[in-house]
Amino acid sequence: MSAPDLLNLEGVTVTFGGGIHKAPFVALEDLSLSIPTGAPEIIAVAGESGSGKTTLGRVILGLTKPVRGRVAFDGADIWATGAVHSRGYLRSVQAVFQDPFSVFNPFYPVEHLLRAPLKMFGIARGRAEQDERITTALRQVGLKPEQVVGRYPHQLSGGQRQRIVVARALMLRPRLIVADEPVSMIDASLRANVLENLRALRDEHGISILYITHDLATARQVSNRLYVLYRGRAVEIGAAGDVIGAPKHPYTQLLMSSIPRPDPDAPWPAEHVRKGEIGTSDRAACVFLDRCPHRMPICAKQPPDFMLGDGRAVSCYLYSDGRSETAAA
Amino acid sequence: MIDAPLLSINDLSVSYAIGNERARAVDGLSLTLGAGQRLGIVGESGSGKSTLALALMRLHKPPAMIDSGQILLGGTDILRLDQGALRKFRWSEVALIPQGAMNALNPVIKVREQMADTIRAHRRDMSARDINKRIDELLVRVGLSTSVAGLYPHELSGGMKQRVCIALAIVLEPKLIIADEPTSALDVVVQRVVIETLKDVQAQIGAAMIMIGHDMGLMAQSVDHLAVMYAGRLVDQAPIREFFRRPLHPYSQLLISSLPSPDETRPLAGIPGMQPSLLDLPAGCAFHPRCPLVQPICREVMPPLETVEPHRRVACHVVAEAYNVRA
Repeated sequence: MSAPDLLNLEGVTVTFGGGIHKAPFVALEDLSLSIPTGAPEIIAVAGESGSGKTTLGRVILGLTKPVRGRVAFDGADIWATGAVHSRGYLRSVQAVFQDPFSVFNPFYPVEHLLRAPLKMFGIARGRAEQDERITTALRQVGLKPEQVVGRYPHQLSGGQRQRIVVARALMLRPRLIVADEPVSMIDASLRANVLENLRALRDEHGISILYITHDLATARQVSNRLYVLYRGRAVEIGAAGDVIGAPKHPYTQLLMSSIPRPDPDAPWPAEHVRKGEIGTSDRAACVFLDRCPHRMPICAKQPPDFMLGDGRAVSCYLYSDGRSETAAA
Repeated sequence: MIDAPLLSINDLSVSYAIGNERARAVDGLSLTLGAGQRLGIVGESGSGKSTLALALMRLHKPPAMIDSGQILLGGTDILRLDQGALRKFRWSEVALIPQGAMNALNPVIKVREQMADTIRAHRRDMSARDINKRIDELLVRVGLSTSVAGLYPHELSGGMKQRVCIALAIVLEPKLIIADEPTSALDVVVQRVVIETLKDVQAQIGAAMIMIGHDMGLMAQSVDHLAVMYAGRLVDQAPIREFFRRPLHPYSQLLISSLPSPDETRPLAGIPGMQPSLLDLPAGCAFHPRCPLVQPICREVMPPLETVEPHRRVACHVVAEAYNVRA
């Protein structure tokens, strides 16, 4: 490996709260992830609310400092070198958030959101050059500039606003975009357009994307790799098609079987998971222990961690003795 | 349906006053629903589905106004009730699980007290003991432990809060439950639990249900009939199996084909264009600018909702032509 990775997270742990008598809440535990330079990809991060997926996004954006572990961008530890506070980092790593309604200032026309970063980063000085960059970026996300420039946020649909946010990210030529649930608040019929924009950012502009979502269907359509998080730990990692096509971890299997299929003749399969909705998870055991239908004595003793090869990792003792098929099958 | 339907909505129109103009959020909508039936209503944001839900309980507020129509529930014309009768009618006859219902729980009051409030407001004669018994029974019914009654909303997860809201909705055993995007903020695992709970309790008390949403997968798993709204009008209505097997309206076809599938990788196709503004509807069929099958007539004449098959109604010139329903 000659060039350092674009992004490299090593053993990142984030905790909140805690005190002398109270253990802190573990939002993210011992998470490692790397994105190589020069091979842009979309990495999906999936999991339920509270799984740590948004925390992971915030760590990469430099908004949350891990209590343990290292976050390196271009090979340099962003916290040790102070790069996290630099304009270069702010520009290289852009965010697209869930709510396309709250990022706009309702008192300004929408292009204000596009013009501000051009000024701030000194990308385009003159008004004319700024306008040109703005119209180009809007066209690149499939919007007609004459239909959006000069309009106010309330005059646009959620899908249009989110595409403006994507256009904004694109204009700054970032190298990485953290997109946290970018389509969950958008009408289903308009989601495809925003997701296509993300795909184009990767394929045509060479930008890697961390796609945080709870929707495995869209994750399958756009992403290369998938991380499934549960209560702060990665429980399954692999190529998106492999993981979603043949989920191995009992939690991933539960996620897949819970997706309501648009077919009245394919009902939800019989539930075979223990109900444990507010489980306080014991960090010294498997985090899925209280809900797992396959639990064994060893699962309570120490957290599992196993690789299966081909970049596929499943943190589950079902796969510790070489069994490759699931016990549920 | 031979018996009189439980709910019948006749030619209902609801509009919002915007400046000097009126935006018709619900335009000439008619439908019927039998006891125990589950009807799904899908549509994009702004298609009028939530306005319809509010109007059914007369909970709409100015600038929204019901222009015309009739809403009959078990023979009572909801639009003719006076305030006192309306107050009694709401919740005991129709209960609403609004969008983001879990945020409607009062954060500083324990679950038991919130549920007791609702019961006391409608059943003045019930003793405290009976009320508590009823609350415990309701919580068990929605799959929660009775100890939840002693907790504050922030001590519950999203799915648990949503189930408390379902318990609240069935407190008075209404004839109709309206659920407006009941699981929009929940992840898939919890979503399944909540929907199954809702279906269970609805079947147990024999209520009819109207479920509003835009997740086609969820509809396929939850309702018996599906109605599609577009720009304030009902454009397609069919039994759920037929709807997914053979969608008729071009908009319904696109809604189904634009769904990303978790089971295979294929190019994503959205529906081109966007829903028109209610203040500036195109002439003819409101969907014609986005329709792949558009004909000259679609640009001029608004297609009426026509019965093309038993229990199937479609508002589309192309479909009507194919079925030859207009002699």
